[in-house]
Amino acid sequence: MTPPPVAVQDGAGFVVELEEFSGPLDLLLHLIHEDELDITDLPVAKIADQFLAVINELGLNQAADYLEMAARLLRIKAQLLLPRRAGDDEWEDPRAELVRRLLEYQQIRELVDWLARAAARRAEQFGRGFAPEPAAPPAELVIDLNDLLAAAERVIALIPEPVLHRVVPRPLDVEGATAKIEALLAQREELAWRDVVGERAETPEVLSVFIALLELARRGALRLRQPEPFSPIVIRREPPREAA
Amino acid sequence: MSPLAKLLEAALFAASRPLTAEELATLEPGAGEAAVRAALDELQRRYAGEDHGVELAQIAQGWQFLTRREYAETIERAQFALRTRRLSPAALETLAIVAYRQPVGRLEVEEIRGVDSGAVLDKLLERGLVEIVTRGEGLGRPLLYGTTPQFLEVLGLRDLDELPRLDELSVALRPPAPAEPE
Repeated sequence: MTPPPVAVQDGAGFVVELEEFSGPLDLLLHLIHEDELDITDLPVAKIADQFLAVINELGLNQAADYLEMAARLLRIKAQLLLPRRAGDDEWEDPRAELVRRLLEYQQIRELVDWLARAAARRAEQFGRGFAPEPAAPPAELVIDLNDLLAAAERVIALIPEPVLHRVVPRPLDVEGATAKIEALLAQREELAWRDVVGERAETPEVLSVFIALLELARRGALRLRQPEPFSPIVIRREPPREAA
Repeated sequence: MSPLAKLLEAALFAASRPLTAEELATLEPGAGEAAVRAALDELQRRYAGEDHGVELAQIAQGWQFLTRREYAETIERAQFALRTRRLSPAALETLAIVAYRQPVGRLEVEEIRGVDSGAVLDKLLERGLVEIVTRGEGLGRPLLYGTTPQFLEVLGLRDLDELPRLDELSVALRPPAPAEPE
């Protein structure tokens, strides 16, 4: 239905330009006009759903401006759903601010139409030649070596030191941990966590043992018990099941 | 035609941009403003008839010879001249806001449009349609933008008063400047 959005990296930040909509207010106004809804008595719940549907369809969910408007609509929808006491004079219609902005924006769109017509009419007439205004030559740079070096130093100071981090792969050894636990359980009926994992165990080892314990417990080879939160885990051998 | 009118005709023919009455008056320092105006009116009447392919238009607070509308397509097809690039909706929105709220900062433009407008403003600056007129009060003393004579030229307006008044629009709204009395 619509050409895909053209994403442009443009100095100030990520800008999304659509041929059809120039922003979330434009899209909102389009939906309102399409359904011939009354701006001042906006059915927010309905419009919010449509808005979300369109930004999903157009892949606009990367565009912060559209997302912000979606969030705003949902908040207003939620506020309208909240019960309010009858005769509460303090209650302010949460739509008021949005309606004001929409009306203001609608006025701008009207001016845009006017300006576009004026520009199109002007473009039907040609002036003499195409002599562009000569651009003023840039002012001569007055600078000495010291200034230049000082400036260079300031720029260099701004360059961040790259943070290097050596990654050493240490894969989990679940099989090894399983074998170790099975060997220990063959000797003793009950083990403490510390019997399996040494005092100075490193993270991969702790994880390996933990995963091995869970897996063995699932298989019914052992039973895990933790009497209270954060207390040491007790590992107990399960009697081998009768073969079926 | 009066000698002054012929002199103005030559100057306007030579120029590739609108010339203001003040600029034209420097051609003949002794003539006086009223005489220059009269000569311009004479020229305009002369070219307004059916006898010419160009007309003397009042534009951007000045005067300029422009080809008549009915020839636009033919001239363009022959590629003797090209229509100026159309302005994008985003550019027109931003221009409309700047035109009515000037001097206006980027934040106000963005508040009304609901989108980041820094890039659009930069492009308009580059095309000479807006300029930085001053700095605002408040945090960071923001740059405030206003429209340029080039803006009037591109839209074919004599001056900003030719823009529609806000109360003529179908949507009535708060006045652009909060300081204005009701």
